[in-house]
Amino acid sequence: MTTWEIFLQQLFNGLLVGSFYGLVAIGYSMVYGIIKLLNFAHADIYMSGAFAGLIILGFLNPYIGNQWLGIIVALLLSMILVGLLGVAIQRVAYRPMLKAPRLSILITALAVSMILYNTVLLMTQGQYKPFTTGLTHESFYIGALRMTETRLVLLIAALALMLMLHLFITRTMYGKAMRAIALDRDTCQLMGINVYKIIAITFFVGSALAAAAGIMAGVYYGTVHFFMGFLIGLKAFTAAVIGGIGIIPGAMLGGLLLGLLEAFGTQIPFIGSSWRDVFTFVFLILFLIFKPNGLLGRMESERM
Amino acid sequence: MAEKKQKKFTNPFGTVVESLYDLFDKKAPRYLLMTIMTAFLIYLPLSSSRFTQEIMTNLFFYVVVCLGLNIIVGFAGLLHLGYAAFFAVGAYTTGILSSVYGVNFWLTLPFSIIAAVIAGLAIGAPTLRLRGDYLAIVTLGFGEIIRLTVRNLDITGGAMGLIGIQRPVLFGIVLNQITHFYYLFFILAVIAIIVSYRLHDSRLGRAWEYIREDEDAASAMGINVVQIRLYAFIIGSAFGALAGSLYAAKMTAISPESFMFIHSVMILLAVVLGGMGKIPGVILGAIIVTLIPELSRDIGQFRLIIFAVLLLILMLYRPQGIWPERQGISTKL
Amino acid sequence: MALLDIKDLTLRFGGLCAVNQLSLEIEEGSIRSLIGPNGAGKTCVFNCLTGFYKPSSGDMVFMGTSIMKKKPHLITHMGMARTFQNLRLFKQMTVMENVMSGMHCRTNAAFAGAVLRTQSQKAEEKLIREIAEECLDFVGILDKKNYMAKNLPYGDQRRVEWARALATQPKLLLLDEPAAGLNKEEKARLINLMRRIRDERKVTIFLIEHDMGLVMKVSEKIFVIDYGVKIAEGTSKEVRDNPRVVEAYLGKEETEDAV
Repeated sequence: MTTWEIFLQQLFNGLLVGSFYGLVAIGYSMVYGIIKLLNFAHADIYMSGAFAGLIILGFLNPYIGNQWLGIIVALLLSMILVGLLGVAIQRVAYRPMLKAPRLSILITALAVSMILYNTVLLMTQGQYKPFTTGLTHESFYIGALRMTETRLVLLIAALALMLMLHLFITRTMYGKAMRAIALDRDTCQLMGINVYKIIAITFFVGSALAAAAGIMAGVYYGTVHFFMGFLIGLKAFTAAVIGGIGIIPGAMLGGLLLGLLEAFGTQIPFIGSSWRDVFTFVFLILFLIFKPNGLLGRMESERM
Repeated sequence: MAEKKQKKFTNPFGTVVESLYDLFDKKAPRYLLMTIMTAFLIYLPLSSSRFTQEIMTNLFFYVVVCLGLNIIVGFAGLLHLGYAAFFAVGAYTTGILSSVYGVNFWLTLPFSIIAAVIAGLAIGAPTLRLRGDYLAIVTLGFGEIIRLTVRNLDITGGAMGLIGIQRPVLFGIVLNQITHFYYLFFILAVIAIIVSYRLHDSRLGRAWEYIREDEDAASAMGINVVQIRLYAFIIGSAFGALAGSLYAAKMTAISPESFMFIHSVMILLAVVLGGMGKIPGVILGAIIVTLIPELSRDIGQFRLIIFAVLLLILMLYRPQGIWPERQGISTKL
Repeated sequence: MALLDIKDLTLRFGGLCAVNQLSLEIEEGSIRSLIGPNGAGKTCVFNCLTGFYKPSSGDMVFMGTSIMKKKPHLITHMGMARTFQNLRLFKQMTVMENVMSGMHCRTNAAFAGAVLRTQSQKAEEKLIREIAEECLDFVGILDKKNYMAKNLPYGDQRRVEWARALATQPKLLLLDEPAAGLNKEEKARLINLMRRIRDERKVTIFLIEHDMGLVMKVSEKIFVIDYGVKIAEGTSKEVRDNPRVVEAYLGKEETEDAV
């Protein structure tokens, strides 16, 4: 392969993996924006989404098959299912804690994360499960870029989801209310906005996107396992911080940047793939030192 | 005077427990109880099986790391999710110095503390200036960095880990029996408890409490919030590293898997379950976390789910922990 | 030279100008007040002085040193203490512990002192307690030192805040609406207390207040701001007769006619 081809290939890989990061990061960012909670369970929601997709696909297989239509139906169904799971978690574990000290709600988030993680671990006996789809892995070329059907579908799906989210945030009442609550929850309540409902919707959207990312990652890598959320959770958080936590376009931007950074970073001789994750976290810490408000974030001065 | 009454728990069991706590908070019964307990624990190895001693040694070890984490989480109110990493820093510092360079075990301890302080500064200094919960995620990330680093490096033995760490020698005796380690960790636990109490009742301990209560008011009183938090973070890290060094000496072999995220979580659980900031509460938490798994070995992974559910319920209904700081006024009069 | 010298202080939040080109001087040993209508930017001035807000431009010189870029704890260390508009006590701690916090910046025992209980650490702890008790005595609530702060009546909580501020051993004390929520009798005692703080402890006082009667009584000189701009300064009589002040408080006559 020529350097140009390697470059194109890494660019594509970076953008694709980055869009997974971005989709998960959006959930972190939205929840942080609205209730100032670092939702540790979010990574496990992503993982649960992948497994929900796998199970639904298994059920659908005899009826629709596991090709195009099957994947899309499974994706949508598990987005709804996991979205509802997110709402339920929010209702049980977070809503009663909104007025409690910050440390307490972080710990309930941690507890929820442990419950999800260990439940899946127990159910799968800790094994990797193959995520089979009928999509071919045969490659064809677009210019100098090698493509497969699978990758093309993933790219389109990621773009479509982002576009939908963008429209949801900017064009609907819910999106507006969400942004308003992020600014001042108490005032919103006084203005007659049903704050709890908006928070629930936020969790639904964030969890559904994470589920979508989970299924897409399953399709991309071909396997799913109980541990898949841990690393991506950290990375998605990094992405959210890079973009400016609480800012939704920032989360997407951060995800794509981080994906690219990893794709090209592993090409640097000294770093290599075994150091890739270390590289990411060092980057996070450096980012926090020099630009703690993120690329799109603004300095906030709190009123006393 | 009526205002002085704290909120009381209505169930009768709770009241009984609270009055037990109150009893323990008074000085004379506490000293009496402590003397009896110390005497019992010193006597225990003389009449118990290896298995019991092993479990008790493990418990003392947990008491030390939990008290260390309590300085960060309980005293300073910072959520730390990568404590096992600091523990690993200590274990590997001792491990490398001892097995590769043949340094005497006791001489490795200062290096292990220095390594933990450097790591603590590298993580804490940039993040403690920011919103508190950034620290949680950065420590989580740091836990991964350390685990991956010791996996990837040659000097740490990679995924296989390090073997052949020398046994410590004390007064000419090579410490290689479980009873030796029982006493060694017992002494360490006692030191940890004393240090914790003294820190709590000091200028530094009060400053942590002020910051936890109201950060802005604390800084208006001339308290350097970032510095005082950094102190907690570093002292807690050094505690962990020291415990890690002793762990390495006891096991003589360490591998990256000894320092997984789950260990950080279990230590955190103990601190939170028992009651953040309250020293006897944290010890109680350490006892729960070490003994329950021993009693319920066969249910395996399932116990973690039960733990998590318990934690969730506890946070929802009694967020201050089983034996929290300041639940009664009695200590304050 | 003045104890505190503010020159052209400006504070912007986004496009909004909270404090605009404000200049004023506080002489040592004086009691000065800052008044103005609601939202005039009074508390913003305090927050700039104590380092909680970063002013956009101008200069603030305290005891000959610029405090423009200093962090809140360093400013307190230099000798400026404050109280808060809505009490910011450490609610879950005792009155005594609250006041002891003020001594933090005047002492320096750290890890080694705490763990080893050295002689100097013990002496320091004793000193902290003595000074805290003395400050509580000064404001007259020593008998309540073991109460939980949140359990005191409002007026007493205010006094805890003063004792706490005094324990930092300040040269300049900033009081943010000290009379808010107090009754007439308590206000009279407050005036007395402020004079005692100035005369017995040699502490300069700078206060924000809404109660005009109290301000007129206690301070030799008054600064009036509106929309972050200083519109008048002088003795109580000069300020009272100043048409711009009347206008700021009561509104312009034309607008009144229009209504």
